[in-house]
Amino acid sequence: MTTLVAPQRSSDVATPRRPVTARLAWLGVVAVALLLAAVASVAFGSRVVSLHEIVSAFTGAEDGIGQAAVLGRLPRTILALLVGATLGLAGTVLQAVTRNPLADPQVLGITSGASLFVVAAIAFIGLSSPMAYIWVAIAGATVAALFVYAIGSLGRGGPTPLKLALAGAATSAAFTALVSAILLPRIEVMDDFRFWEIGGVGGATYAKVALVAPFLAVGTLICLVSARGLNALALGDDVAAGLGERVLRTRLVAAAGAFILCGAATAVAGPIGFVGLVVPHACRLLVGVDHRWLLPCSALVGATLLTVADVVGRVVARPSEVDVGIVTALVGAPVFIAIVRRLKVRAL
Amino acid sequence: MTADVVVAGRVRRARHWRLTVSILAVAVVVAFALSLMIGRTFYGPEEVLRVIAGQTVPGASFTVGVLRLPRAVLGMLVGFAFGLAGVTFQTMLRNALAAPDIIGISSGASAAAVFAIVVLQVSSATTASVLAIVAALVTAALIYVLAYKDGIVGTRLILIGIGISAILKSLVSYMIIRAAAWDLQTAMRWLTGSLNGATWSRALPLAVAIAVFTPVLLGQARHLDLLRLGDDTAAALGVRVGRTRLVVILAAVALIAFATAAAGPVAFVALLSGPIAARIVGSAGSLLVPAGLVGALLVLVSDLIAQYAFGTRYPVGVITGVVGALYLVFLLVRVNRSGGSL
Repeated sequence: MTTLVAPQRSSDVATPRRPVTARLAWLGVVAVALLLAAVASVAFGSRVVSLHEIVSAFTGAEDGIGQAAVLGRLPRTILALLVGATLGLAGTVLQAVTRNPLADPQVLGITSGASLFVVAAIAFIGLSSPMAYIWVAIAGATVAALFVYAIGSLGRGGPTPLKLALAGAATSAAFTALVSAILLPRIEVMDDFRFWEIGGVGGATYAKVALVAPFLAVGTLICLVSARGLNALALGDDVAAGLGERVLRTRLVAAAGAFILCGAATAVAGPIGFVGLVVPHACRLLVGVDHRWLLPCSALVGATLLTVADVVGRVVARPSEVDVGIVTALVGAPVFIAIVRRLKVRAL
Repeated sequence: MTADVVVAGRVRRARHWRLTVSILAVAVVVAFALSLMIGRTFYGPEEVLRVIAGQTVPGASFTVGVLRLPRAVLGMLVGFAFGLAGVTFQTMLRNALAAPDIIGISSGASAAAVFAIVVLQVSSATTASVLAIVAALVTAALIYVLAYKDGIVGTRLILIGIGISAILKSLVSYMIIRAAAWDLQTAMRWLTGSLNGATWSRALPLAVAIAVFTPVLLGQARHLDLLRLGDDTAAALGVRVGRTRLVVILAAVALIAFATAAAGPVAFVALLSGPIAARIVGSAGSLLVPAGLVGALLVLVSDLIAQYAFGTRYPVGVITGVVGALYLVFLLVRVNRSGGSL
């Protein structure tokens, strides 16, 4: 049987720990990038608005196109930042919990579970409150994740990256079929869903942001608290247990945090793939493998990445827009392929 | 003495294989006949036979001859092609979930067809099909090239396929979201898989492809079975692993390409047929033909259910997809009970 194993990361053995100053410097760089991305997100859009007008909108000019643009773009930017941070964080936690370099909310089929549950809830129990969407999406994310993990763990060798990715792809396909089965007889739900399922932050409002913020805060807190435990898990279950870590509990708690994040993000922005996959890999290069650094860094990088992707999506197809979920897939999937090519193949 | 036992076992297994394959073939014929008879109007076997024989029967000539017959034939062919190609991939990659639709080969066909319909505004079904076939072959080649690094490893092939299919799916989403409503209907067929609007001109190229590539795959059946033991063992037993794999991939991808071009990616047929066939046939012999028959049966029966069991007429891919979901659950339950392997 053949499995893929992650290449030994440089910081695992030989090289000394990255100095704190270097890590702080990187975090600073990322924070600046984040700021620039946020500014760009307000300044550029599918409609060209001059910087002068935008600045004047902030300084209190009452009328004009600048103000209209800012009114639309500010909540959108905030939502993109939040969702990006969420996905980056969730991806890092999922990769640590499954010890799988290919884990990502979309690859593991988690977002498809959230979609299925939301659609089923709209169609069968007439759910319509946005708050309820979030709860249902979190439930769907959790169910799908457990389902995929269970299928991916079948057989010898446990949950290898290969089996998890396959189980995720198969589960996504199955859930997509269920979604079509629910949607096809219900045209009115279908049209709403067509736009939701792509993944985007275009419809952002402050109300939406306020609605989802508490969920993101709770999920983030759970993930950050688990940082130490995730470090122990990286050593392997046996060693972690030997060090006094309660492996199962750590795993469940951290995963629960990730599910809350994935579900809530999917509920407001639709399924957005590959941010969770790419961000942890980039961050490990920047700040090393210590999750106490890695988690905050992934949140920052995730926020930056999603905001930039959103800006790119708005600019490339003027006057229309490319949804951010499509941009992240186009950028992220090649990275996924590159990671796969780098992984060593070990025949057991 | 031992030789006698071995020979007797071989004979018994061969007889068992022939028996189960015959039963499967009969089941396919029955399902085929049923899908000609059942519908909004029921026509008895006698009328159906007269239509097939070329006589003019009022009403039945149109309903059976023009609507149901091409549809049933196309369903059977598509199912056979997906089943055969699916079990080929599963055997070669040694993983029950590694069906061609899961690892992205049919997504190339879908993406090209949607592109042709939505962006190029192609109206002829033939042009879209040709593009779909070419795109499936190109996608498969791309996956193969990207996965090539000191030889081909199944694991890498699967994962890269999943990555490629993610790119293609996002492109499809982009096109779908911009599609005009009237194009959307046509484009959707390429995403779920449906036998709607089946005509002889759609079934014919697929029939030719099956006639050409099935013998190729059957010719490699023994080598394919040996590949299951692992590349090194197979090589030691005299299989030219690289060449066998290339031939098998080419033939299977061609089958997938033509079948997808004819009916869209009918979900999970390629994934389900192999394991079902394995359960029926056991270890008695090659799985290729049984899996093809199971695939045909699956599509015919699912299409009947999709058409007439509910208030809405579903595309067949939705029903096979739901069956696929149930199969994944079944896989969990069974393995949890018996500790088998995937």
